[in-house]
Amino acid sequence: MNAAPLIEVTGLVKAFDLLPILRKLDLTIYRGEFVALLGANGAGKSTLLRMLAGMSKPSAGVIKVGGWELPGEAHAVRSQIGVVSHKALVYEALSARENLRFFGQLYNLAPTALDGRIDDLLGQVGLGKRGDDLVRTYSRGMLQRLTIARALIHNPDILLLDEPYTGLDVDAAGVLDELLRNAHREGRTIVMTTHDLARVPGLVSRVVILARGVIGLDTPTIGMDSVRLSQIYTEVTSMASAR
Amino acid sequence: MKTSFFRAVSAIVRKDLRIEFRSRELISMMGLFALLSILVFSFALELDRIARQEAISGVLWVTVIFASILGLNRSLAAERDQGNLDAMLLAPIDRPAVFIGKLVGNFLFSLLVGLALLPVMAALYNVNMIQPWVLLVLTLGTLGFSAIGTVLATMTVQTRTRESLLPIVLLPIALPVLLAAVRATTNILSGAPQDEWIAWPQILLVLDVIYLTLCVLLFEYVVEE
Amino acid sequence: MTAVKSMSLSTADPAAAAPARPRLLTILTIVTPIALVISLYVALFVARTEVDQGDVQRLFYIHLPAFFGGFFAFTATVVGGIAYLRTRNAKWDRLAVAGVEVGLALSLINLLTGMFWARPIWNTWWTWDPRLTAEAIMVLTYFAYLMLRAGIDNADTRRRFAAIYGVLAFTTVIITLVITRIRPDTIHPVVVGPSVQTEAQGMFDIQATEGVRLALYTGFIPWAVLIPVTLMWYRVRLEALAERAALLKSRLLER
Repeated sequence: MNAAPLIEVTGLVKAFDLLPILRKLDLTIYRGEFVALLGANGAGKSTLLRMLAGMSKPSAGVIKVGGWELPGEAHAVRSQIGVVSHKALVYEALSARENLRFFGQLYNLAPTALDGRIDDLLGQVGLGKRGDDLVRTYSRGMLQRLTIARALIHNPDILLLDEPYTGLDVDAAGVLDELLRNAHREGRTIVMTTHDLARVPGLVSRVVILARGVIGLDTPTIGMDSVRLSQIYTEVTSMASAR
Repeated sequence: MKTSFFRAVSAIVRKDLRIEFRSRELISMMGLFALLSILVFSFALELDRIARQEAISGVLWVTVIFASILGLNRSLAAERDQGNLDAMLLAPIDRPAVFIGKLVGNFLFSLLVGLALLPVMAALYNVNMIQPWVLLVLTLGTLGFSAIGTVLATMTVQTRTRESLLPIVLLPIALPVLLAAVRATTNILSGAPQDEWIAWPQILLVLDVIYLTLCVLLFEYVVEE
Repeated sequence: MTAVKSMSLSTADPAAAAPARPRLLTILTIVTPIALVISLYVALFVARTEVDQGDVQRLFYIHLPAFFGGFFAFTATVVGGIAYLRTRNAKWDRLAVAGVEVGLALSLINLLTGMFWARPIWNTWWTWDPRLTAEAIMVLTYFAYLMLRAGIDNADTRRRFAAIYGVLAFTTVIITLVITRIRPDTIHPVVVGPSVQTEAQGMFDIQATEGVRLALYTGFIPWAVLIPVTLMWYRVRLEALAERAALLKSRLLER
């Protein structure tokens, strides 16, 4: 594993309405890792992800992404991060191609290279034939493909996924599995929050369980199956709530 | 690495125009509302020849403003529904670029409705509405109103009461703009000499500068948690 | 502004016991009603009756100072709003909301005294005069501020949006102040400062009648300074207590 940390979080505190959600959290993620962030509702998973994406400011602590510090160097951080959430983040009234072109412009891709990049991406996610259809005519699975393509438009090093499996049927979830494996194989670092424990062991390389605003457990997934993970998860979260 | 201000603004504006030219939902809704409003006013106020002189600019502006509120709500709700506002903010662009980008679209749609109303009202009420000064005041008035409206609509679409809250928070803040615009239009239409009413377009211009500056400064806080 | 800054707004641990009432607040609580009684006494018994308008002119000693009390409170809202946006410390939001509520109360007193005065002098309770219209808009804007707050569930979003709106709303206060300069066709008297008016009705000379100046100044002390400061201070403390109660409740539920 590459020793250079890609994401460094030190002493991170976030309080909402005076209630601390994250309390002095430390986390280091290395290049090429695929990390699943687990934890109960309100454990701070999504909050952490939003802060990594520069969407929300920490109450205290330091976040560094690829050597750039948030929020001061937010633009540098943003251009190496792609985000997928349970919302589609695309315009239904535009076609897939138009959506990708719009976001490509926002990410400052050269106009000459943009069309080629869009064709490549649409092919990669399997939307080559439907690229010019309006997004509102898409099925859930196709929408998911486009969402991933949108997040990858600027070829980011890091993918942040916030509950990407929410609302997906079995087929669409299978598609997402495949797309994420591809993105990981291409060398991207992925951080994903999810409730879907059964999916995690076969997909990710490392599991981080948040409990009560700090890291309850941080472990590689080698040799772990979903039954074992569920056991561990229950132990960690119940221990935290007993405290 | 960072996208230039102008490129981001023009991308957002072209995106909004493309969506609108394809569906024509917003502009047809605003236009139809504006026509209905003019007719309702005509019946309600029984606009005869004398009443017209006094009331016509008020009718014009109230109509334009309520049509704009419809447009503003639609425009910002579209950014909220699929999380697109967040998607824009995730890109390496300056926050004011998002504001200006949305503002230009909203302003153009409001101005278009206002421009379309001028010949209609001219024909219905037999008043010469199409004058250079009226066009200028219409431009300044809709610009100031759209600026405040874009900031406030970005906030209200995120509230529990959503669309219904916008007119309540927007109208009192925008009233100075509306007041100056109505006074200017009334005076221009009455054919009074220019030095009697030139102060109104000037006040309108000053208000536009003040509100635009405030809105650019404040928008960053609207979108940044 | 020093009075605003010196208020004890901070609570380090929100769940810690509420700090005891500061001595300055206790002093203010005693001094304010005394100053109010003194100003009423001066206004009613010391100042001579104005020749043209009679006793109803004495409302002026409350009317004008109350407006500046409202102005002071709305300024506190702007200060609190800007400070909140920069620091994200909830104490500033408490100052902002206190400013709006106290400012509204004082503005309503200003409007009501104005109406009671206008009934005999202008022969109407209300007229669509530029200054009256501007102030009515101002009051509605701050009611809209309260509606905006009520419409947002997430406390951080509510504070942020309220801060932004509080800054925007202040434009209506400025317009109420300067409108008599922009629109000289107002009939509202401009008693203090240079007047450019042509049609003002109910004008009187602040110098002409003995005691007018004194009554005005003694009116300013309670209405424009002591009452807004004391009320806002209490309101800030109340808001802090309410937030603490909500926090303790959520901690109980968390168990």
